[in-house]
Amino acid sequence: MNKRSKSGQSGLSAARAACYLVLAVLCFLCLFFFYMLLINASRNTYQIQQGFSFLPGKSFVVNLKNLLKNANIPVLSGIYNSLVVSALTALLASYFSALTAYGIYAYDFRFKKTAFTVILLIMMMPTQISAVGFVNQMQAMGLRNSLIPLFLPSIASPTVFFFMKQYLDSNMPMEIVEAARIDGSGEFHTFNTIVLPIMKPAVAVQAIFTFVTAWNNFFIPALLIDKADKKTLPILIAQLRSADFLKFDMGQVYMMVTIAIIPVIMIYLILSKYIVRGVALGGVKG
Amino acid sequence: MNAESTPKKRKRSRYAKWGYLFIAPFFIVFIIFSLIPLCSTIYYSFFQYYRQGLKIIGPTFTGMANYVKLFQTDLPNYLGNTLLIWLIGFVPQIIISLLLAAWFTNQRLNLRGQGFFKTVIYMPNLIMASAFAMLFFALFSDNGPVNGSLVSLGIFSQPFRFLASIAGTRGLISFMNFLMWFGNTTILLMAAIMGVDPGLYEAAEIDGASSNQMFWRITIPLIRPIMAYVLVTSLIGGLQMFDVPQILTNGSGNPDRSATTMIMYLNNHMYSKNYGMAGAVSTVLFLICAALCFLIYFITTNNDGFAGNKRKRGVHG
Repeated sequence: MNKRSKSGQSGLSAARAACYLVLAVLCFLCLFFFYMLLINASRNTYQIQQGFSFLPGKSFVVNLKNLLKNANIPVLSGIYNSLVVSALTALLASYFSALTAYGIYAYDFRFKKTAFTVILLIMMMPTQISAVGFVNQMQAMGLRNSLIPLFLPSIASPTVFFFMKQYLDSNMPMEIVEAARIDGSGEFHTFNTIVLPIMKPAVAVQAIFTFVTAWNNFFIPALLIDKADKKTLPILIAQLRSADFLKFDMGQVYMMVTIAIIPVIMIYLILSKYIVRGVALGGVKG
Repeated sequence: MNAESTPKKRKRSRYAKWGYLFIAPFFIVFIIFSLIPLCSTIYYSFFQYYRQGLKIIGPTFTGMANYVKLFQTDLPNYLGNTLLIWLIGFVPQIIISLLLAAWFTNQRLNLRGQGFFKTVIYMPNLIMASAFAMLFFALFSDNGPVNGSLVSLGIFSQPFRFLASIAGTRGLISFMNFLMWFGNTTILLMAAIMGVDPGLYEAAEIDGASSNQMFWRITIPLIRPIMAYVLVTSLIGGLQMFDVPQILTNGSGNPDRSATTMIMYLNNHMYSKNYGMAGAVSTVLFLICAALCFLIYFITTNNDGFAGNKRKRGVHG
């Protein structure tokens, strides 16, 4: 604030006004669709087709009841499957990435450099390109229509690893580890009781990110799961899309979308500070 | 085993096994769930291997036949669609993000409520792409609320069929991509700008430089590596575009397959269990991404190292 120059004060406030205007428009764009979603989730099909309204309707509970009753869309098992997959993904990805990052950070071994380079190379590879082999292999292993292939591969998460490695590089003093060794602590014990607590902020940020990514994942689950009781929420949404819209209750559609995104929005609003910081921290790789 | 020669080597080998042990789960899982599938995907691409009804044809080795066939199909069109839709979303995204990042970090401007703005613009990035696409489909469908409002406001005399027009469909997908990613890019660029040595700005200010000059002469050249990083990662992300167009067009990529992306094409082959052709599409994508990876590698290594850069900047800041 002290840096504000004395000259051009009026030009500055004009510029500031322009900035706020642009920001307001962008915020409106970002928020409008979510607002519309919530409003429409509380209206019935007829009201929805009449156009936008800024006031909620009275059909929220009715839409919710109709959706839960709809035998074609097993929402409750969908929520359950999505929760199981996302929670296990977050747990496995953050723990094992921390373990891998610490393994490369703290120990000196012959293939250390090679291992690091290999992980960096696979970081940029889209998961979709190995999908053909993956689906065939899961079929051969009897894991079709199982939730296991949806969370187990997250043990090898290159981006999470990279974030953890960066965090360790700037926050982990090896002196503590050496002190623990002198006190007779085993390497694994040291990792769990000393290193992991130091890495807590990085683990927390990455756990949130991996949870959200797994919650939103569609491509691989859609290829592996076709049994109704194993479907995750994104698959159920895709199923809604292919339903016949003219006969469909739009209230249920909006309600379904609301259910799919509300948990993530809630997590985000509670933890947004850490998420925004996490993006900035993870992105500075220049 | 034969490490007793020097004391230094002995120290290394005493703990080395822990290093291997700690990184073992990652590599075991990577090999089982990614590397072997990737190899078998490339392997299948040289075979005629598909399911016809309940009968499985192949695998019969056919060499490059799948690739030849692939380039005779609409694959180049689909690659074109993917890149075009990505580009229409990316251009406004980078402009807006750069503008916002510059504003947020401009101390003279000193914008208030930054926490709120950053929270809001990042929000669309976290939303399930399929739910977002479903929402857009519901809002922009022929008798959806957007059309309802446009007609009742008298702007259009009859509903505009967004999803029946090429520009409408591509435009909606690009717009969604823009909305989902501009917040993320803004925060990345902000972090980059804040990493620039403030001394440079102070020196420029003493020399009488204007905000504009400082932005174009100091900020932009110094954050160029991160801009390149954003560009390439966004391009790789763009090549993976799937959820939004898939749900929005119900997998058809219509009108006239103008919204079919590479991954949608791959998905179609996988869905019809044509593993040979799906393998070939994957391999082409793999090669494109590998080329982009090398590009990133060169950009980042030309600029004194990957992770070291951040800390070096941190010392100044």
